[in-house]
Amino acid sequence: MSDPLENFRSEIADWIAANLPDELRGVPTTEDTICWGGRNWVFTSDAQRLWLERCAERGLTCPRWPSEYGGGGLTRGEEKALREEMTKAGAPSPLQSFGIWMLGPALLKFGTPEQKAAHLPDITAGKIRWCQGYSEPGAGSDLASVQTRAEDMGDHWLINGQKIWTSYADKADKIFALVRTDRDAPKHLGISFMLIDMQTPGVTTRPIRLISGASPFCETFFDNVKVPKEGAIVGEQNRGWDVAKYLLTHEREMIGGGGGGLTSGDTLAQMMGTLDPGTLNDPVLRAEAMELEVDAMAFALTMERYKDMSEAGQGVGHASAMLKYYGTELNKRRQEVLMSAQGSNALDWEAGSAADWLRSKANSIEGGTSEVMLDIIAKRVLELPAK
Amino acid sequence: MDKLSDSEDETLLRDAARGFLDQFAPLSVLRKNRDAGRDYAPELWAEMAQMGWAGVMVPESHGGADMGHRAAGILSEEMGRTLAASPFLSSAVIAANALRASASDHLAAIASGETTYALAIDEGAKHNPAATALPATADGNGFRLTGHKTFVADGASASRLLVLARTSGKPGDPLGLTLFDIDAARAGLDTDPIQSIDSRDFARIDFDSVNATGEDVVGDVDNGLAALAPGLRAGQAALAAELSGLSAGISAMTIGYLKERKQFGRTIGSFQALQHRAAHLFAEIEVTASAIAAAGRALDSDPANAQTLVSLAKARATQTAKLAVMEGVQMHGGIGMTDDYDAGFFMKRARVGAEWLGDYGHHAAIVAESRGL
Ligand SMILES: Cc1cc2nc3c(=O)[nH]c(=O)nc-3n(C[C@H](O)[C@H](O)[C@H](O)COP(=O)(O)OP(=O)(O)OC[C@H]3O[C@@H](n4cnc5c(N)ncnc54)[C@H](O)[C@@H]3O)c2cc1C
Repeated sequence: MSDPLENFRSEIADWIAANLPDELRGVPTTEDTICWGGRNWVFTSDAQRLWLERCAERGLTCPRWPSEYGGGGLTRGEEKALREEMTKAGAPSPLQSFGIWMLGPALLKFGTPEQKAAHLPDITAGKIRWCQGYSEPGAGSDLASVQTRAEDMGDHWLINGQKIWTSYADKADKIFALVRTDRDAPKHLGISFMLIDMQTPGVTTRPIRLISGASPFCETFFDNVKVPKEGAIVGEQNRGWDVAKYLLTHEREMIGGGGGGLTSGDTLAQMMGTLDPGTLNDPVLRAEAMELEVDAMAFALTMERYKDMSEAGQGVGHASAMLKYYGTELNKRRQEVLMSAQGSNALDWEAGSAADWLRSKANSIEGGTSEVMLDIIAKRVLELPAK
Repeated sequence: MDKLSDSEDETLLRDAARGFLDQFAPLSVLRKNRDAGRDYAPELWAEMAQMGWAGVMVPESHGGADMGHRAAGILSEEMGRTLAASPFLSSAVIAANALRASASDHLAAIASGETTYALAIDEGAKHNPAATALPATADGNGFRLTGHKTFVADGASASRLLVLARTSGKPGDPLGLTLFDIDAARAGLDTDPIQSIDSRDFARIDFDSVNATGEDVVGDVDNGLAALAPGLRAGQAALAAELSGLSAGISAMTIGYLKERKQFGRTIGSFQALQHRAAHLFAEIEVTASAIAAAGRALDSDPANAQTLVSLAKARATQTAKLAVMEGVQMHGGIGMTDDYDAGFFMKRARVGAEWLGDYGHHAAIVAESRGL
């Protein structure tokens, strides 16, 4: 008897074997090897370009999205098989982007057919790179107090204001931003979710350097920016908070899970394997590493269980805040143990691990801080009293 | 043991040090040095020497101030608060203590700040003196050293090196090691600076048949660990003190931010979720401060039996600093992750301090053993 899933697995394994360029095989994913796509993307190699094109054509950049938008139309089981076969073959992710992780899911749920057709295929093909314009200097954890204004000018919106911590804004083609369209409404009810081209006159960005040395952060300024009304707002005008929140649950799962590299196949043992012999004989370090490995495995299984639950229609809802909280705290611990295991070798910028270690400290801040996640769990899941 | 609180003299010393460092070595100096690719400002070190800091552990007979370990710890703590960079730990604390017993001719030059030292022990990624392999082979009346040392603090700028080398036995044997005091300019010595994350001076040093004579030996041949022990213990205690000051520094910065930053129409310091953690951090810092004071006192009164308290201090200070920087960056939110803000400097130095001269596991194991565990 032939199991359809097993058929899919062997089919996709064959496809990977035939299409994955040799030079990409088994190369570890780092900041430098990730493919982000977009108008200005410079491929690091022909192989990277080829791999993106082939995967996009086969719908593998967004395996679960409907095929009419360039997705793979795969079931959850098929996606899992795909992921496993990709890992087995040592294949890098063909494309990563905020479009895939964040905007896409929000458009699939809230977008009009025209908006979906206009934006989703460009995301799956890696043609347009998006950035996220949520945070402002005065609106971080308290996101609903955004002040960037959009005034109704008849045929267009006039945008004025400032965003901060916009990751990769200087490299992005477009931004999805939270803007205030009604200043008199209660703060959650006057916000709209707007799509803006970064090339529109009046949009400027300024990079901010991170403690890890890299500079993917930006300040983004809107100075009398005119946005044509057609298709600009996703969801209802003034009800952008609903879209924003939905998008955040996706962002949080991404940061909590895959983004942390916990499930990327590099086990602690693999990473520690190249160290000085005897390092892990240190009982303290060994105990820490073991505890971490146990927790990481159980967490990876939790990700699986939650995905299975949502597949079965048992929504996980606010419990996604737990995934974000646990996954990011775990990743920080993991980076800490890796640093300890490498000892003084890791204290050299040139060794590379220090930058990852420093960057990981942001995992529990970006996309909503750990404190905010704990608040959500306490209030929304456990329904503890507010006062 | 003497009182664990600061004496009157110690309070004066602490106040003077804090006033000086706030004025001449605030965090902005570290940033300036880093941006200029400089490990520390020699002018600043000259001033510190002028105030007697370079001679803090040098006997008065050699021109030092001989203020003792607790005083050195107080200076280290204060330097930790502003992350002031200088060869203080390597020279004034480690080298001065290692050379004291032999009444070395170089003590006076340490006290004046003219000569700075670096301690070259480790060859692998973890602090482990007994693992020393670098052979010093007998050659006529002297020795020839060939091999390498890594993560040598102040190694690129020091004028002299204390080098632990193997004269007999095999790596892992605590005996068979010899401590040498060598001019950093000696032929065959090659120094390669490390781009350390804390923007301080660390180096790899290669020895290619470097010549040493019997006069360069500190203490006894084949018993180098005994000669090194006073220096190492003093260094560990002072480094722990620095980490303790670092914890206080980032904590003060964080508390300031909690009182200032508003979200949800309130200062974030009014959220109980953060209040309790700030209060917990305060508790950890206080508990560590006692271990720091005790280590300094023990070294001053009964150095030979001070290792447990020194290791207690280093173990505690390592963990407390780790907590303080994590909480500090976290409670600052996005701004804490930016290079423009100073919180990251504390994080980087805390990680370096966690490894240097023995990590948490190294020192916790010493404490455990002394408790019969
Ligand atoms: C690496 C990185 C990338 C980012 N990328 C983007 C991006 O692309 N686009 C974008 O829009 N934003 C981005 N952000 C911003 C991020 O979402 C915010 O930094 C985050 O929401 C926190 O806001 P804040 O920095 O203003 O901190 P604040 O809100 O000022 O928080 C400061 C501290 O107070 C705590 N706190 C606040 N409120 C409460 C409360 N009610 N109870 C308890 N504690 C509380 C916080 O948890 C935190 O510890 C990024 C941030 C980082 C670090």
